[in-house]
Amino acid sequence: MKKPIERDLFPGALGMMILRTLKRRPLHGYALVQQIKRTSNDLLQIEEGSPYPALQRLLKEEFVKGEWSISSTNRRVRIYRLTAAGAKLLERKVSSFERMLEGMTRVLAPEES
Amino acid sequence: MSWLKQLFVRRRLYRELSEEVQAHLDEKVEELVAEGMSREEAMQSARREFGNVGLITEDSREVWRWPSVEDFFLDIRHGLRALCHNPIFTTVALLTIAIGIAANTAVFSVVNGVLLKPLHYPKAEELVALHQVAPGAEGLADFENGLLLSPSMYFTYAEHNRTFQSLGVWITGTANATGLAEPEQVRTVAVSNGVFESLGVPPAVGRWLSPADQLPNGPRRVMLSYGYWQRRFGGEQGVIGRSIIVDSRAREIVGVMPQGFRFVDSDFDLAAPLAFDRGKAILAGFGFHGTARLKPGTTIAEANTDLARMLPIWMDSWSNGPGTDSHIYEKWNITPMIRPLKQEVIGNVGEFLWVVMGTIGVVMLIACANVTNLLLVRVEARQQELAVRTALGASWMRIVRGLLVESVLLGLLGGVVGVGLAYAGVRFLVAIGPSNLPRLNEIVVDASTLGFAFVLSVLSGLLFGLIPALKYARPRASSALRSVGRTISLSREGHRARNLLVVGQVAMALVLLVSAGLMIRTFSALQKVDPGFSDPRHLQVMRISIPDSLVAEPARVTRTQNAVLDKLAAIRGVKSVGFISEMPMEGFDSAWDQIYAQDKVYADNTIPPLRLYKYISPGLLLTAGTRLVAGREMTWSELYGLESKVMVSENLAREMWGTPPAAIGKYLREFPWMPWLEVIGVVQDVREKGVQETAPEIVYWPPLMENPFGPGPTQAVRTVTFAIRSERAGTESFVNEVREAVWSANSNLPLASVRTMQEVYDKSVARTSFTLVMLGLAGIMALALGIIGIYGVMSYTVSQRQREIGIRLALGAQSGDVLQMVLRQGTVLVLVGVAIGIGAALGLTRLMSNLLYGVTSHDPLTYIGFAALLILVALLACYIPARRATLVDPMVALRYE
Repeated sequence: MKKPIERDLFPGALGMMILRTLKRRPLHGYALVQQIKRTSNDLLQIEEGSPYPALQRLLKEEFVKGEWSISSTNRRVRIYRLTAAGAKLLERKVSSFERMLEGMTRVLAPEES
Repeated sequence: MSWLKQLFVRRRLYRELSEEVQAHLDEKVEELVAEGMSREEAMQSARREFGNVGLITEDSREVWRWPSVEDFFLDIRHGLRALCHNPIFTTVALLTIAIGIAANTAVFSVVNGVLLKPLHYPKAEELVALHQVAPGAEGLADFENGLLLSPSMYFTYAEHNRTFQSLGVWITGTANATGLAEPEQVRTVAVSNGVFESLGVPPAVGRWLSPADQLPNGPRRVMLSYGYWQRRFGGEQGVIGRSIIVDSRAREIVGVMPQGFRFVDSDFDLAAPLAFDRGKAILAGFGFHGTARLKPGTTIAEANTDLARMLPIWMDSWSNGPGTDSHIYEKWNITPMIRPLKQEVIGNVGEFLWVVMGTIGVVMLIACANVTNLLLVRVEARQQELAVRTALGASWMRIVRGLLVESVLLGLLGGVVGVGLAYAGVRFLVAIGPSNLPRLNEIVVDASTLGFAFVLSVLSGLLFGLIPALKYARPRASSALRSVGRTISLSREGHRARNLLVVGQVAMALVLLVSAGLMIRTFSALQKVDPGFSDPRHLQVMRISIPDSLVAEPARVTRTQNAVLDKLAAIRGVKSVGFISEMPMEGFDSAWDQIYAQDKVYADNTIPPLRLYKYISPGLLLTAGTRLVAGREMTWSELYGLESKVMVSENLAREMWGTPPAAIGKYLREFPWMPWLEVIGVVQDVREKGVQETAPEIVYWPPLMENPFGPGPTQAVRTVTFAIRSERAGTESFVNEVREAVWSANSNLPLASVRTMQEVYDKSVARTSFTLVMLGLAGIMALALGIIGIYGVMSYTVSQRQREIGIRLALGAQSGDVLQMVLRQGTVLVLVGVAIGIGAALGLTRLMSNLLYGVTSHDPLTYIGFAALLILVALLACYIPARRATLVDPMVALRYE
């Protein structure tokens, strides 16, 4: 089935970014989205809602854990935290992504050599 | 385990998700407001940046489900809710489908029982009936059975064939069983070797009849049917070896056949060996059904060739006695036409059952068309809802699926109701079904019938759901949304679909009405036919057989029968009595032979045509109400004096001598060595084989006569039908008095087939009346559904055009103009439908031409009559909505704007 959330990204990219962001520190949904947008300098045009389905999937597979607590703005929010399995998955994903990126870079590099 | 937990925690998960999304939006709004945006702007902006809230929530929830299954259940929930929302629509649609499915399921259960699984024998595909035709033996081989086998043919085929594993002959009959309780007439089957071996069904108890039991003067043995065993012996295992008295002779029981076993299409009580005496067999005696099992891999064509090869051997090996020419049968052109046993069992009922099934199928199509129409209207009304759903991000596939699930649900619910109705329907069918339908009583709603109903429900659900779904689910969000709040003007294609459905319904209804009309014409034509007897309701008939073990001497047999007649005549209210070898349409095997006229010259080696012959007592013609066209009946004294007198049928008299009176005083005989018999009377033609069959030429012998087979003792007919004319016929008290009267003449005589002639007659026309009832019901259903369809479409069109009509009226149109306009539209639809229907009926009714009598399949009166009826009723259905259109108040209609 088509997942419009990842319209402009390759499959799995959003999940990888969520995991990476959560590795730095646990965050709630809104903060997570802002963090990703900010880090990417708004280069990635993602809808703010789009991480939620991905988060649910990660929750279900237990790559992240959710805990309810009160935010700085005094709202009940769910704080997401990376699990050990999540950290391992991130590692795997990043290394395979880097390999892919390297390959692509070589292919796309201007013909100098 | 985890999925079970999921089910329970899912509600919480969903709630948390919504809360989280809401928190996100709130946070965003607050931030934007803090940046200086107005609250309203901030809320809009937050939602815009978030994306499609509904869709994202839905996608997030989906993570926790088994996607397709759960969507499906969700669709079902939605569907059920939608159906409940609109109870009138749902009820009408459900009933329409339920009736259609009930009718189809009921008829299918009959087709399934009769046509699809008629044989209970192992490897039934190897079983064949040794059918042969003999165009040269007109009369003898005229009817359904073709030319039956003679004992000598059986010996030849059994001994010289190369293509059969086993082969045998059998014949049905009746016998008197005594010594158990009161004397009882039982149905018997006499079998040769090879019949049990061919059919291959092992006995339930004991053993089959063996070759040793077939010795002409060997031990008298017998097998029981399961039913007889249960009825007379209570299913006792120790019955083997015991004796029963059959036709006054003791026979030893050697085995019992299992429940449901029958000889091809014949039920039986006792099976006895034929015990042919090979030494006495002659060429003739064509009275036995042949049943055989082909060697594996042998085709019917090969077996036919094999039989044809053996016919010369047969003629060379046997004779009809000294001085006869064995090769006389070459003129008969005997041709083997082996038939699969299944075909033999089904006979010609297949054709009419398929006609009925087809008809009922058409009713289903009309019902589907009606429901499609209803759904089209409904979907149109829901177009805004669908547009909103599309706008909210529902995919096209999802909406189509939703609509289809809804219609299939409708189909299935209809199926459930329908199967309930079908249970009642099957009882009804079994009650009115013709008795020549094999195994009619075993027909039930079984697993395959339920499967059929299920498939039919789903298919019809898909059928009537697909058109509306495909038509309206296409994304046209903008156009539909724009007209929110207004009456949507109907799209041209919406009209077209509905109009096509109406035209189709009218056409199909006409086909069914014409078919039913043709059956009505057939039935009334049959009613007008003089069957050769009168007032059958007051004619009591019954079979009585006097075996030679009970009364040996022929003349005494006739005197016993005469004594029975006297006793019967003495019963209160009896007008007259008589007996005959069989009454018309009773369906017993009839006898045929060549008849020579004294004043005709027959070239050497030619065989004169075969004629049906019957034995008749004085008084029978009067009793049956059969007219004497010329001459007179025989008297009792002539009968006992063995005076050689005979009567013939009117058509035989005309054929031989030109006019009935000319036949009186002429002479005829059966065999060249017989004395000549004087024709003293000419009897009106009798529809012996049923009202639909032409009357055969008949010779009426006296029941007691000198042995036609040469010098020897006189011969009496021992099994006859007694006929009693009385106003009291058929009442229980009368039948009891009849029984007492018979037993007062001879207490050992059982009565069989006690019924009125009306029952015999009804049975013989049962196929026609059954088809008539079925087609009539189908026609009425089709008419009703078609009318509802037309009415529905016209009403809907009028309601949709209310605004337009209002404008017309406001601009000065007269109500007559409006009436005409609406009626014209309806008329065009109906006329087109009728035209197509007539064309289709001309083609399709040809399939049922074999069921018709006295009317052709393109009978103009039927076509014009029913077309006119249909047009009239359809226009009436148009008139009501048209009339309503004229009552449109222009102000009210325009105020809708």
